[in-house]
Amino acid sequence: MDSTQRTIQLLLKPGQHDGEGQRVAEAAQRHLGLSTGRVQSTALYTVRYPVSDEQLRDFATHCLQDPVLNDVALDEFRHGAEFKSYILVAKLPGVTDDEGISAQNALGDFLNQPLDTHTQHIFSKRLYFLEHELPESSLRRLAEELLGNKMINRFEVGPIAQIRDYTPRPGGGAESITNTVPLVGLSDEELVKLSKDNLYALNLEEMRAVRDHYTSIAEERQAAGLPQDPTDCELEIIAQTWSEHCKHKEFSAVIKYKDADTGEEFEVDSLFKTYIKNATSEVDRQLRANGNDWLIKVFSDNAGAVRINPESLFVWKVETHNSPSAIDPYGGAITGILGNNRDPLATGIGGARLLFNTNVLCFGNPEFNGTLLSNQLHPRRIFEGVRKGIEDGGNKSGVPTVNGAIVFDDRYAGKPLVYCGTGAVMPMQLAGLDSWEKKIDAQDRIIMAGGRVGKDGIHGATFSSIELDETSPATAVQIGSPITQKLAMDFLILATRRGLIKCSTDNGAGGLSSSIGELATISGGAVVELEKVPLKYPGLRPWEIFVSESQERFSLAVEPAKMTELMSLGQEMEVELTDIGYFTSDGSLDVRFDGESVARIDMEFLHNGVPRKVLEAEWTKPTAQEPALPADLDYTDVLSRLLGSLNICSRESVIRQYDHEVKGRTIIKPLMGATGQAPQDAAVVRFNFESWEGVAVSNGILPRFGDLDAYHMSAGAFDEAVRQIVAVGGKLPNLSYGDGNFWSVNDNFCVPDSVYDPATNPDGKHKLAKLVRMCQALRDATAAYCIPLTSGKDSMKNDFKADGVKISVPPTVLYSMTAKIEDVRRTITSDFKQADDVVYLLGETYDELGGSEFYQLFGELGANVPKVRFEEAKALYTLMGEANEKGLIQSCHDLSDGGLAVGLAEATFGHGFGADVELPATGLGLSAQLFSESHSRFVATVAPEDVVAFEQHFGARATRLGVVTQDSQLTVRHGGQTAISASTAALRHEWTNGPVNRIIGFGQQEVAH
Amino acid sequence: MEEQPKLPDLNTPPRPQHDHTAPITDADGSLQVLGFKSVDAGHESTEPLGHSAGGTTAKQPVRALILTGFGINCEEEFAAAYKLAGAEPTIVHLNQVLHGHISIHDYDILNFPGGFSFGDDLGSGVVLANKLRYRKNAEGRTLLDDIKQFIANGKFVMGICNGFQVLVKLGLLPNLSGNVTPEVTLTHNASGRYEDRWVRLKVNPKSNSPFLKGIDSMEVPVRHGEGRLIIKGEETLAEIETRALNCLAYTDFDGSPTDVYPHNPNGADLNCAGLTDTTGQVFGLMPHPEAFLSLYNHPDWARRKRQNPGLSEEGDGLRLFRNIVEHVQGQTAAVPQEASQFSS
Repeated sequence: MDSTQRTIQLLLKPGQHDGEGQRVAEAAQRHLGLSTGRVQSTALYTVRYPVSDEQLRDFATHCLQDPVLNDVALDEFRHGAEFKSYILVAKLPGVTDDEGISAQNALGDFLNQPLDTHTQHIFSKRLYFLEHELPESSLRRLAEELLGNKMINRFEVGPIAQIRDYTPRPGGGAESITNTVPLVGLSDEELVKLSKDNLYALNLEEMRAVRDHYTSIAEERQAAGLPQDPTDCELEIIAQTWSEHCKHKEFSAVIKYKDADTGEEFEVDSLFKTYIKNATSEVDRQLRANGNDWLIKVFSDNAGAVRINPESLFVWKVETHNSPSAIDPYGGAITGILGNNRDPLATGIGGARLLFNTNVLCFGNPEFNGTLLSNQLHPRRIFEGVRKGIEDGGNKSGVPTVNGAIVFDDRYAGKPLVYCGTGAVMPMQLAGLDSWEKKIDAQDRIIMAGGRVGKDGIHGATFSSIELDETSPATAVQIGSPITQKLAMDFLILATRRGLIKCSTDNGAGGLSSSIGELATISGGAVVELEKVPLKYPGLRPWEIFVSESQERFSLAVEPAKMTELMSLGQEMEVELTDIGYFTSDGSLDVRFDGESVARIDMEFLHNGVPRKVLEAEWTKPTAQEPALPADLDYTDVLSRLLGSLNICSRESVIRQYDHEVKGRTIIKPLMGATGQAPQDAAVVRFNFESWEGVAVSNGILPRFGDLDAYHMSAGAFDEAVRQIVAVGGKLPNLSYGDGNFWSVNDNFCVPDSVYDPATNPDGKHKLAKLVRMCQALRDATAAYCIPLTSGKDSMKNDFKADGVKISVPPTVLYSMTAKIEDVRRTITSDFKQADDVVYLLGETYDELGGSEFYQLFGELGANVPKVRFEEAKALYTLMGEANEKGLIQSCHDLSDGGLAVGLAEATFGHGFGADVELPATGLGLSAQLFSESHSRFVATVAPEDVVAFEQHFGARATRLGVVTQDSQLTVRHGGQTAISASTAALRHEWTNGPVNRIIGFGQQEVAH
Repeated sequence: MEEQPKLPDLNTPPRPQHDHTAPITDADGSLQVLGFKSVDAGHESTEPLGHSAGGTTAKQPVRALILTGFGINCEEEFAAAYKLAGAEPTIVHLNQVLHGHISIHDYDILNFPGGFSFGDDLGSGVVLANKLRYRKNAEGRTLLDDIKQFIANGKFVMGICNGFQVLVKLGLLPNLSGNVTPEVTLTHNASGRYEDRWVRLKVNPKSNSPFLKGIDSMEVPVRHGEGRLIIKGEETLAEIETRALNCLAYTDFDGSPTDVYPHNPNGADLNCAGLTDTTGQVFGLMPHPEAFLSLYNHPDWARRKRQNPGLSEEGDGLRLFRNIVEHVQGQTAAVPQEASQFSS
């Protein structure tokens, strides 16, 4: 063992239960079929800091050892005699090691020494001992599948007599070298190869534009003493700025659309401008005309902002983090949620207070038992990793995860979709300035705050803009450190309120290149001195420093006069702040290292020089037909099976591992009722403890309808999110003059590669046509409800390619909605409240079983896709707002997956009530009445004394179905026959013991009390 | 309480500190308290919180100091609880206290909120407990030295969730020996997972802690992954029981203490959810009373309100805070000088 390197091992004392070891043994048996025998887990800390024997021993026993639980071994790998094999799990160089840093923190406190916590002196590892002697290949498989990820971990395995240690030594390699990349005179093929080899993700036309630009400015560059060819850093900056991820080239493209069925043709001049931005401008015009001027910031900055009241703003942002989650589910999800947190945090001046997180996840079937492609992770593993990432990202940041959704479809087995949303509250004024404005003047300093820079996450922006394949790069993987970000967040909140920061932005995709590149557009230029950027370890090239996406960092613009106070606050709060340059107004982004030019780019070319894409879309209506199902269906059995199906069953095991009530403001949580098992439609969170104002949060996503018609899928998803908010008591906006009832929506499109290529993407035109139709529905929905979009994102290449096979996600759009709730005490939950309350169906059911979960049970798709009838829907939602004003509704549940039958069953889950229901004779078949997923419908209950007023209010929009009963039986009759008769406890049992809770290993729940 | 723990750092001379900053002062040279007094994200202000309505204006308000920073994240609701209970809460960054810019002795109740202090990577609360025990300020005192003095002065310490873990890892709970050395521990839940769920607690009727006076039972959420109390040795266990330091127990729907999951969410020894020290002045618990300040925090609020429209809008958790604030008010009325004894 290295003499300057010491090892501390913590083992559980004999008799203490080794839960982790037991779980590893069980998982190895269950998922890999490996019999390990008993597994012992131990923790290792390798100390690379000069300490005496006595100091090491005392540090281990006083700071690391839990005297009740642990034994300590020093400079040895202690194990019981019965163990035959070992697995050591260490981290690769440069991978975030929060546990090691924590131990180091403790050592600094223990020694009362100022240990630099930014240089790693202590490395944490896990060392497992296995009772059985397993071949190295099995041990390695166990390690890679269950204990870590080869992208971030280094594994040592073997017989126990030969334990090999490994401690990362980051650094080495290249130094501060800047190369030029010959571009002028390259052929088309060479340009394409250059782009691919360097992961620039630029196409031929874009590479030509860069080449032509450099050819045209050759003389100027020569006069300025710059090389004729671009430097590596310049090309990296251009590639990142022009990436699909940052520039949304396909949403800005000219699209030639053709409807092959009708022959109709038209041209879309940017999807974003036509269907999203212009639609919201029209909504804003209508809002303002009616005295509603709460729309403060849309489609600019890191997140959208609306006004809650004269003192405060609500800031709302939802993003995806799909590609990283496919490679490293835990790291991808945690950086997704932490990265998304930074958006509201760094909106305007910065320093918003985070109020809640929400997330929507799309996975392949976790019970998949086929053969995986090269480097494809099993859907169950992606699910578990992503779930853990969201748990740690939210819980450790102290931000409640108030709701979410999980959608399963085999087509998400290559690339999962991980949508992360964050809502925040910000004062309207910060130190006397409008908080949402970003102002920067020349000479303001550029401050980097938070974590340090390493090689992790280089090329994230460009990498997420291409499809994944088996050779996807390891450097794209990052691990978030919630604690580092929490410190930076606490600091930002204080610094902005003291007026120390002029504005801030986060370092996400593209790192400093992106954050400074964007901020510099405000003042008109910047000078960056890269040698000042603090690094995690030496050996980064200047371009790597500039584009690295190392997490938990913010870029701040600070007036020179405020620097002293800012720096001392940073020191007090232990947040590293570094002055890395200043803003200018000379029109160029000037990047230097030790005074040498690394990059000098004209800002106009950088931000506006990207050539516009021209794309083709062609729509043909898919041929589909309604299936013929057996006539003698047992509807009780069908309902039970639906409740236990993958897309409907309980997510309780996932939900309960997220903290959904830290901050003490969550009023409607994902699961409510006396049982804590009644699923809710939208979350409701109050803003503070001094008023009852709050916000409702919902998510609409319905990818399976897209197989029938992408327009109706998108319209339906929009309506689903609206009706969830209406269900909990939210009111549509702009119903009366100056009602101040804000709504704020984020759209997130995740689609497969939709750029036509005869060889690699022959159905590209059809996919793009779907996207166009999704956008058209968005425009129509926005206009119909007068609900504005405030921010959004698109992810365009959700394909996974390996072994000659391509798995593409179905075109998917998520609408994440928030709306003001005037008084959270008047909100409505979904569960039945009292026996004898009268049960109503609100809205109309149509013969729309196409794409339903009911058909899915029979392996059918059907044809009749549910359509949103916007006018009728809006009228119903308006009536509901009025009814809630009068307190006429006791419970309300929106109908979606599984239709009325599932909605009725779920409403009984809160307490153990039953319901006695008679379906009307409407001419509509029983299957459709029970299971159609027609939009804009609710099941609601009304107190007996309010029935007259309720029926008068809703007229024909309400259909009386029956009553809530005390007897825990759900009975549904139709035409004199009993269609469904089931114990609600049994139904809840089916729902609770569905595949999701089984897979996450949730304990058997007690049946209703 | 005068006995010092026999730990190696006592022989180590004070060393230069990590931090050289002077306290941040304003133009008049008076100390600026870091952190917000406002707990109100919708109506933020840097002004001190107003006192809650009530007839206490003539008296010196009860002052609660709430620590934050380094991953602590339940400070806002903690402060709201004190405010609603009629006290004056102040949230400060730990470094303000560790560096001696704020003296805990100016306050009546010292509070350690929940969260993930320093990420909890070495075990919940370990790094923070370590910092309190070893890190010395410019005068060579650790914060633990001050806390011991604070308790000796008859003042109160409360820890919730991660704060409870800190008090346990530090040895302030249960502190049977009086030496402030760890005697029990809190570790991974028996389920092996973090969980957020609501539980019912029964108060040990023999507990002497003023925090729990007059309370029989309460409902509160638990939100933790490491809340399983493990007590080393039969003797320790017996002494904790005899002295009724196991002040809170998880119960089933009938109100009987239980070891059955999920009523007992973590498998704790003695079904124990909270501990006091022998004086009753130091109190910690895994569940979050500060997350049940209003009726509308409860998962079943809507049905309960339907059943009983006149139901109080206050949550169970608030009773704890009202208790301790009233208790301190009673004390200060009796001994007016005590509160300011250690103020400079």
